[in-house]
Amino acid sequence: MSLHISKENCVGCTLCVKACPFAALTMVEKKAVVNLDLCTLCGACVAECKFEAIALKREKTDFVNLESKGVWVFCEQKRGVIQSVSYELLGKGRELATKLKTELCAVLLGHEVEQKTQELICRGADVVYLVDHPALKNFLDDPYTNVLVRLIKKYKPEVVLSGATSVGRSLISRVAVKIHAGLTADCTGLDIDEHKRLLLQTRPAFGGNIMATIITPNHRPQMATVRHKVMKEAAIDPKHKGRIVKETFEEDTFVSRTKILDVIEEISSTVNIAEADVIVSGGRGMKGPENFKLLEDLARALNAAVGSSRAAVDSGWMPYSHQVGQTGKTVCPKIYIACGISGQIQHLVGMQSSKTIVAINSDPHAPIFQVATFGIVGDLFEVVPLLTKKFKEAFE
Amino acid sequence: MNSVIVCIKQVPETTDVKINPETNTLVREGVKSIINPFDMYAIEEAVRLKEKFGVKAIVLSMGPPQAEAALREAISMGADEAYLASDRAFAGSDTLATSYTLAKAIKKIGDFSVILCGKQASDGDTAQVGPGISTHLDIPQVTYVKKIEEIKENTARVERMTEEGFEILECPLPCLFTVVKEINEPRLPSLKGIMKSKSAKIHLLTAQMLELEEDRIGLKGSPTQVVKIFSPERRKGGEIYSGAAEEGVDKLVAILKKELYA
Repeated sequence: MSLHISKENCVGCTLCVKACPFAALTMVEKKAVVNLDLCTLCGACVAECKFEAIALKREKTDFVNLESKGVWVFCEQKRGVIQSVSYELLGKGRELATKLKTELCAVLLGHEVEQKTQELICRGADVVYLVDHPALKNFLDDPYTNVLVRLIKKYKPEVVLSGATSVGRSLISRVAVKIHAGLTADCTGLDIDEHKRLLLQTRPAFGGNIMATIITPNHRPQMATVRHKVMKEAAIDPKHKGRIVKETFEEDTFVSRTKILDVIEEISSTVNIAEADVIVSGGRGMKGPENFKLLEDLARALNAAVGSSRAAVDSGWMPYSHQVGQTGKTVCPKIYIACGISGQIQHLVGMQSSKTIVAINSDPHAPIFQVATFGIVGDLFEVVPLLTKKFKEAFE
Repeated sequence: MNSVIVCIKQVPETTDVKINPETNTLVREGVKSIINPFDMYAIEEAVRLKEKFGVKAIVLSMGPPQAEAALREAISMGADEAYLASDRAFAGSDTLATSYTLAKAIKKIGDFSVILCGKQASDGDTAQVGPGISTHLDIPQVTYVKKIEEIKENTARVERMTEEGFEILECPLPCLFTVVKEINEPRLPSLKGIMKSKSAKIHLLTAQMLELEEDRIGLKGSPTQVVKIFSPERRKGGEIYSGAAEEGVDKLVAILKKELYA
């Protein structure tokens, strides 16, 4: 396994040097030279080179099972409610299944959730694989992993998708290792190479500063977790027909080593920021915990969730579960309203893929304005209450 | 209780990774390497368990030789021993090959009760290696742990963050936890720790020492392949209004209406 540079083909254009995220390439006497101590064999330079001067030597292994078929969506439910990311994946999954000329299948694990299968069919599923068992009521790594592994081994899907949620990221990582499949985390773009039947998985890396497109050429299924709020929800079509396949497994499949003692919901009063279409977020400029009431008022008017920068969480003004940014949550709402947030890069990576960004800040040079769709330079203690008032008036 | 093993990764300090708008490439000058910020909480938690139960805190990393610096920093915070899995044969590893290699390294290191990992690395952001390790080792896991409430008689009770709040879980040891920021406040290295870290031995683990299956490591053991790397479309700033609040808010209400009900 190594990177080979052909001195004959290399014209010294330096494209590869610029493309390398790890500074492993340099020009020596107008030819590219690789420092193998820094190179991670990521292949970025190979894709960039216009002269076929760089090659990644990879011995071909072949694990592609030609029988594998179907695009699967793991449909996450909590307390019997299908999570919206599942509908988003069914929307994207339909597009992928059409390109692959195969079926779109939903996988539903839970307890007493059979009535939910119709919902999934209305959202485009041609098949719903249902495993209903008391041990699957709440998510637990062991039984969920065992069941999904067995289903995949039995039906051999070509593609498996799941939301990049706290459930999906735990579960799918385990499943992929059990079946030795390739897995790409946290995708924001999915497409199909129809000719090679490959899933093209695009995701941000380095905190959103670069994007990478990843494939799984020689293994099936091709697995990916997908970010919330990036894909469009599948439309409801009550006429869509699908079949339900109920599966049962022997009892030891459902045994869990971990046990849930209690489930505590903290964010019941406000909307969950990962799910919200609108987020009103506050930072250091809020000056104190008591002032977050202004944001809560605005959030109520907009039916929004309240978010926070790290500065406000570290000051103890807001709980960590509301933190947006590199060490908090990555969000992608339709509208993100940043109040008194300067816009440090660590915050921006958590929210810069929001559709519309509004910034309210007294400092006209705050970096948040560089990413804002609309910004107001002003005193948030004047602007925010006025906005709440005017927005309410507009809808009376 | 047996040892605690912490898996850490050396990453570029992402705040320094910026795009040059003219060439549209990553600006690398002055990019420092640091311990993945999420791993700092894992190291701190391991040192706390060490102090509470009198067990060894062992730190493990996989990476190029320069990742040694990250391990020394962990020792300065209170870790007892450090292992570095480093070999040219590991280059190009994706999360499957990485978690296989680290799991084999852990087996080599010996008995343990708890494995701690940060919830994800700040460069790749995958959150897949922790769960991958526990699966390879066939031990239970709890991800997104925000508190270790209690450990007794080979059972742990922990709090796991969810989107809506948290769950309290009980699990048998040995177990793997991935931890979130809320779990603790990492300490600064002590002077004694810094002195110790300078002379500490970093145990090197090579592919041969770990008796790895050749086709499960590095590029060959990695089912996923990066085919393209590019810069995301940079967001451009829009209208910035700095006049009277009244007028600015009117404009904003119009924008919100359009976005919400279009």
